[in-house]
Amino acid sequence: MTARPSPTATLNGGPTGRWNVRIGVVTFPGTLDDRDTQRAVRIAGAEAVPLWHRDKDLKQVDAVVLPGGFSYGDYLRAGAISRFSPLMETIIDQAKAGMPVLGICNGFQVLTESHLLPGAMLRNNHLHFICRDQKLRVESTSTAWTADYTAGQEISIPLKNIDGRYVADERTLDLLEAEGRVAFRYLDGNPNGSLRDIAGITNEAGNVVGLMPHPEHAVEPLVGTGRTDGLGFFTSILKKLVNA
Amino acid sequence: MARVVVDVMLKPEILDPQGQAVQRALPRLGFEGIADVRQGKRFELEVEGPVDDAALARIHEMAETFLANTVIEDFEVKVETSEGPK
Amino acid sequence: MTLDTVKHAAETPDTKLPWAELGLKEDEYARVREILGRRPTGAELAMYSVMWSEHCSYKSSKVHLRQFGEKAPQSDAMLVGIGENAGVVDVGHGYAVTFKVESHNHPSYVEPYQGAATGVGGIVRDIIAMGARPVAVVDPLRMGAADHPDTKRVLPGVVAGIGGYGNCLGLPNIGGELVFDACYQGNPLVNAGAIGVMRHEDIHLAKASGPGNKVILYGARTGGDGIGGASILASETFDDAKPSKRPAVQVGDPFQEKLLIECTLEAFAEKLVVGIQDLGAAGLSCATSELASNGTGGMRVELDDVPLRDSTLTPEEILMSESQERMCAVVEPEKVERFLAICEKWDVTATVVGEVTDGDRLEIFWHGEKIVDLDPRTVAHDGPVYERPYARPSWQDALQADDANKLPRPATSAELREQVIQLVASPNQASKSWVTDQYDRFVQGNTVLAQPEDSGMVRIDEQTGLGVALANDGNGRYSKLDPYAGAQLALAEAYRNVAATGARPLAVSDCLNFGSPEDTDVMWQFAETTRGLADACLTLGTPVTGGNVSLYNQTGEAAIHPTPVVSVLGVIDDVSRRTPIAFAEEGQLLYLLGETREEFGGSAWSQVVHDHLGGLPPRVDLERERLLAEILISASRDGMIDAAHDLSDGGLVQAVAESCLRGGKGARLVVPDGLDGFTFLFSESAGRAVVAVPRSEELRFTDMCGARGLPVTRIGVVDGDAVELQGEFSIELTELRAAYEQTLPGLFG
Repeated sequence: MTARPSPTATLNGGPTGRWNVRIGVVTFPGTLDDRDTQRAVRIAGAEAVPLWHRDKDLKQVDAVVLPGGFSYGDYLRAGAISRFSPLMETIIDQAKAGMPVLGICNGFQVLTESHLLPGAMLRNNHLHFICRDQKLRVESTSTAWTADYTAGQEISIPLKNIDGRYVADERTLDLLEAEGRVAFRYLDGNPNGSLRDIAGITNEAGNVVGLMPHPEHAVEPLVGTGRTDGLGFFTSILKKLVNA
Repeated sequence: MARVVVDVMLKPEILDPQGQAVQRALPRLGFEGIADVRQGKRFELEVEGPVDDAALARIHEMAETFLANTVIEDFEVKVETSEGPK
Repeated sequence: MTLDTVKHAAETPDTKLPWAELGLKEDEYARVREILGRRPTGAELAMYSVMWSEHCSYKSSKVHLRQFGEKAPQSDAMLVGIGENAGVVDVGHGYAVTFKVESHNHPSYVEPYQGAATGVGGIVRDIIAMGARPVAVVDPLRMGAADHPDTKRVLPGVVAGIGGYGNCLGLPNIGGELVFDACYQGNPLVNAGAIGVMRHEDIHLAKASGPGNKVILYGARTGGDGIGGASILASETFDDAKPSKRPAVQVGDPFQEKLLIECTLEAFAEKLVVGIQDLGAAGLSCATSELASNGTGGMRVELDDVPLRDSTLTPEEILMSESQERMCAVVEPEKVERFLAICEKWDVTATVVGEVTDGDRLEIFWHGEKIVDLDPRTVAHDGPVYERPYARPSWQDALQADDANKLPRPATSAELREQVIQLVASPNQASKSWVTDQYDRFVQGNTVLAQPEDSGMVRIDEQTGLGVALANDGNGRYSKLDPYAGAQLALAEAYRNVAATGARPLAVSDCLNFGSPEDTDVMWQFAETTRGLADACLTLGTPVTGGNVSLYNQTGEAAIHPTPVVSVLGVIDDVSRRTPIAFAEEGQLLYLLGETREEFGGSAWSQVVHDHLGGLPPRVDLERERLLAEILISASRDGMIDAAHDLSDGGLVQAVAESCLRGGKGARLVVPDGLDGFTFLFSESAGRAVVAVPRSEELRFTDMCGARGLPVTRIGVVDGDAVELQGEFSIELTELRAAYEQTLPGLFG
């Protein structure tokens, strides 16, 4: 099933005929999927605002995406150096105050290093980089980034990483399950040894979401996997912000 | 069981991008005065039986052929003292 | 330690220098002395020796490579030709595309991961040095026998290195090749290619003009990487006590390279750069001498200002260092501050190390003393040129007489079926997903087609859907049997692959991998290859924009098969018209385009079933290739076909198997009149493709082929869950998939 943007009468057009929603996309040194994420934001109908890691200012964005890549070459640990950027300090404060934040792949790693989300990402159990079209189940639709999906919906979006194995201690895992905070689970084979097939999680409030696969690479029928299953992330946040 | 530690480091003349990235990040985090950082790997081997010359020779061979890539890395084998806490 | 200054060199004409150890021949050293009118300094000797090496000067291949210019077809598409970092081609709508393939063979054998990684790094810097944003990479590979223990060392390291570097740069890997053959044992071929896109007005060239302009070195600090030769100079001649412990292996830092890409493109966008050169082989020696000689000639460099990773480096070593991830830019004085600010923004070290001067001398200083004073053209362009002797090998006739068409063929339907499975499961024909799944093919969000499609394709303009396609092909077995034909077949296959995806072939780049040029057999293969390729490019109207030559790929007497890897770049006006290989719609009709003859020389079948190499490769008909391409492009544009797959190694059955597995649908095939089942399935006749035609388009399509004179034969229909040859056998897709997909994971984990 494909999630598509479904503009309804409740959504008012912004000055350019689009909805007046600004979504920030952060670039760290070594970030790779920033332009792709900006494109996905635009395709969903929001304004994409580039944010630079050295700034502290969020330029009045309504939400932030931390895109994929190898910030600082993934040296030391993936996300470990980016986490200390000036911009991240602001984002951490704002996220705690409720601003929606989505971390994709390296962005997810930055979120766990920042302790906005629990757990950590280790090297894939087979030790290879893996790039494939990955089937997921959307386990939670009560987050800011997943409301446009239906609970239990199966989607396919690209997965591409070498440090994608989600781990956390048993207590944390049990807590995540009990609170319904496992947002996405791998289907048809765990690609990297992630505990409990976890592909993505959310914080308690549901405003901060992180996942390893790449929704921004599944927003156009012609490129990438040829599916648009990832667009729902961006339409979800757009609707939430417009209706807020 | 005795523990033998093998430390593997990039040879000094080989570029270490990881160490470099860490070193450059340190001043930003307020850690001054670090002139250089190099990152390596540590292997802890729990050895069955006595750590005699023969065993150490085997471990050397293991380190040389497998644990380290001697084209770009050096290694050091150390026997950890087996005495318990006093 | 005495500094060997220009003054000192003039005063001590009889000092012995280690020119032989640095790889210069006696007459070459004499020529250096003649050019300078004195003995060279150590630093000058370092520069001449490295720039006049085979690798940098193309001294053995130059006389043959000239044909690519002399026989170049008329083409409006060429914006920048041979001789620059990479050729540039006009693809319309104001866009230009640059592409190139280079070898990194020997380093990848010594240290597979870093060798392959730095190969990617080098080719990507070539692309950004043209002013382009890199948009995709490809990686044609040749390895020793799949089951040889050393292949288990080399291949996984090479793949991890290409992935580790390319993935970290954010460049989609959209294609490549992987061929196993015992002839590459000890001499694996790791070729790396890249494509870049720019607007016409953004093309940058490697030249230093405008006296007073500053020369800025930026990127990684300079260490003692890849300077074995210069260490000889340092340790043996000038300072015997100095330990010459220099790394033979260069380590790549893809993170640094990613920053280099971004800061270079930002500097281009603000029009801050007059000329630019990447530092690859021969490092600063190459960059300074090429920038100067392509400009007005004069340049002054202060070597003390080069940022070092290792403070013990001598000036000779600094000049020869091949430390990765460095670039050199020429910037007007008033723009230097802004240029440095951009570098600072991206955490890139940048230093003014010199300036363009009046005059025509390249002068390099160390501790205030002049250690180099020469005409840069004599270093960069006036290297030696050899007319190496060559002769048709004595064994060539016997090889060609050993006719593969006479090999025993399958006698029963069961045997035929068995050989199909055997072929599809063989390492060379099996799925390469084990490799390509380790590469990011999605990043940048513009990948339309990637391996296992016939060519990789990326969109370069979101508004119009304009895209480019790239295919790389080469068949060392064909080239061994007949290097002239082999080169043409490599070009024909890449050309056909581009057209099969719906793109129009525009231009060619090549990476020519051979044994030792000092062997007359090898030199003959090289001469025949270049002649064949140049002739074919002329006929097909696709100019060679540049390329790379890798010689000495041999161990002892045993040279690799002559292996020209030919890349063809194509353009497609609207990527939504692209043609994939997948047979995805039941009921669609399968047509075979072109003629099938009994041609098994060098074939995959002869290798897999009989371990045989002999006879003649398939016949070349370039006019037919051109017609086939036109039909494939028209059919794609007008929506007459839904799938197309070129026929090459493995023949029809390999192509059908791949298209069925890709689409998840079976096919029912019928042997056409006049052919036997075996020839139908396994022949490798060139100039052919198989297409899937919707029934509604059948008449229109066959009429078009008929009108243009292309033989077209209906061979079956997309149907069911098996590949079936009527009256002979049927293979369930599950069995076929297992055969196709399990081989590489089984070998390499």
